[in-house]
Amino acid sequence: MNLNEIVNHTSEWLKGTGPNSDIVISSRIRLARNLEKIPFPHWAHPEEGEKVFLEIEKAKAKSDFLRHATTFGLANIDNVDKQLLVERHLMSYEHAQKTDHKAVIIDNDEIISIMVNEEDHLRIQVMQSGFNIFEAWNIINRIDDDLGKELKYAYSTEWGYLTACPTNTGTGMRGSVMLHLPALVMSRHIDRVMAAIAKLSFTTRGLYGEGTQASGNFFQISNQVSLGHSEEEIISNINGLIRQIVDQEKQAREALLQTNRPVLEDRVHRSFGTLKSAYIISSQETVELLSMVRLGYDLGLLKDIDGRKINELFIITQPAHLQKMEGKKLTQQERDVKRAQIIRSKLNL
Amino acid sequence: MLCDVCGKNPATVHLTEIVDDQMTELHLCEPCARQKSEQMESQFGLSDLLAGLADFEKKTPDKEEVALKCKSCGLTYADFKKVGRLGCSECYTSFRKYLAPLLKRIHGSSQHVGKSPLQDKAPVGVRQAKKEDMGLPTLKEKLQKAIAAENFEEAARLRDQIRGLEGQK
Repeated sequence: MNLNEIVNHTSEWLKGTGPNSDIVISSRIRLARNLEKIPFPHWAHPEEGEKVFLEIEKAKAKSDFLRHATTFGLANIDNVDKQLLVERHLMSYEHAQKTDHKAVIIDNDEIISIMVNEEDHLRIQVMQSGFNIFEAWNIINRIDDDLGKELKYAYSTEWGYLTACPTNTGTGMRGSVMLHLPALVMSRHIDRVMAAIAKLSFTTRGLYGEGTQASGNFFQISNQVSLGHSEEEIISNINGLIRQIVDQEKQAREALLQTNRPVLEDRVHRSFGTLKSAYIISSQETVELLSMVRLGYDLGLLKDIDGRKINELFIITQPAHLQKMEGKKLTQQERDVKRAQIIRSKLNL
Repeated sequence: MLCDVCGKNPATVHLTEIVDDQMTELHLCEPCARQKSEQMESQFGLSDLLAGLADFEKKTPDKEEVALKCKSCGLTYADFKKVGRLGCSECYTSFRKYLAPLLKRIHGSSQHVGKSPLQDKAPVGVRQAKKEDMGLPTLKEKLQKAIAAENFEEAARLRDQIRGLEGQK
């Protein structure tokens, strides 16, 4: 895999396929794993960090899933490339900050990514397009088995997988589903839904994980508790919850179409119009307008438009993607111009 | 619109703060927003939340807690409370007395259920043997814990397992 070519390639999770892909953007599972007795990354000496990295590389070479995946040492790639990986959801923002002995392993389809020496020694992640959390579990479980054969994981029969932060102890598993809920937001039912989610020990975050605000009506929902429930139990809880939210969003969309069709059509087409004609546009405005266009597409209000193209625009209009396409660093003002240009070229045919 | 803090750069980050039911809006440029977010991290980081949970029961740490240090990696319990992260897998043993109630508070449970690395290496028959091979002392200890945690289902299961093992002798 080459980071200069990656911008021209659509990640698997952005393909807009899979069950309920009109509402569910992607399903993702991550497992936190550590090696026994070696200090966790924040507390490790440089040589210990290096040792962890080398052991993981060795284990990777023996796994059928990972053999052809590419390892990027973060000390060897520049800031734009790091941000590019964050924008594609292949690593966390935190991982991009300090780079010592950190690495990320990515497969060609961008389904699997493994952060080495993030908060834990390993953060294994598998992403799927649409509502596909069970499939994500099937894949990640096998990768974890492969790595577990070679690596001595820190584990206790009482507390399960031992992690740097006690909030991840147990299964070390976090399942997240990214949802697009514009109708629940417009009909102001979203607060009620979010309150119910919080009561069930699930958390809601924005497009880019921890600490980010929900923008463009995107919500990432994940389990909070990792100790005392099996992986299958946690996944089927997420599954049940997401199914309900998807149904609520469907009903809200139906209701909007029936009672407010002209308002909805107006907002969708105005958003599309702005995107097709703007010469300067911020990323925040882009996400908000694309959200409306996506809704219009999902409801059949906008025809003759490729759904995949809309999905793709969410990512390629992000700062690092724009700079990668331009082949040089751009100031914020320059990015706003470049962003508008890319959107026009993709939407005006 | 210009940044509320430096007044020089255009504001691109819009922040809503709610303090004592008073909502204020801040419009910041990228550099100022970054500074602000670092401040907020240090004020309301995860570590504080965890420390808050750890301190739930008592306000001042006892002498034993202050002196507590992981034999394997050297991290002290005070370090953990500051950064919210443990030093190594052995910290779980070193700080067991304080971590057990903390884990229970975070997760509502203190017994792992689910995948284990052993399962993947051992064939099914061996896996069963390994699980039961926990030994009476461990099982009895677990039983005590289950009772203390009022986890009676688990306690009943362990009791039966202990009876079974004792019967074999």
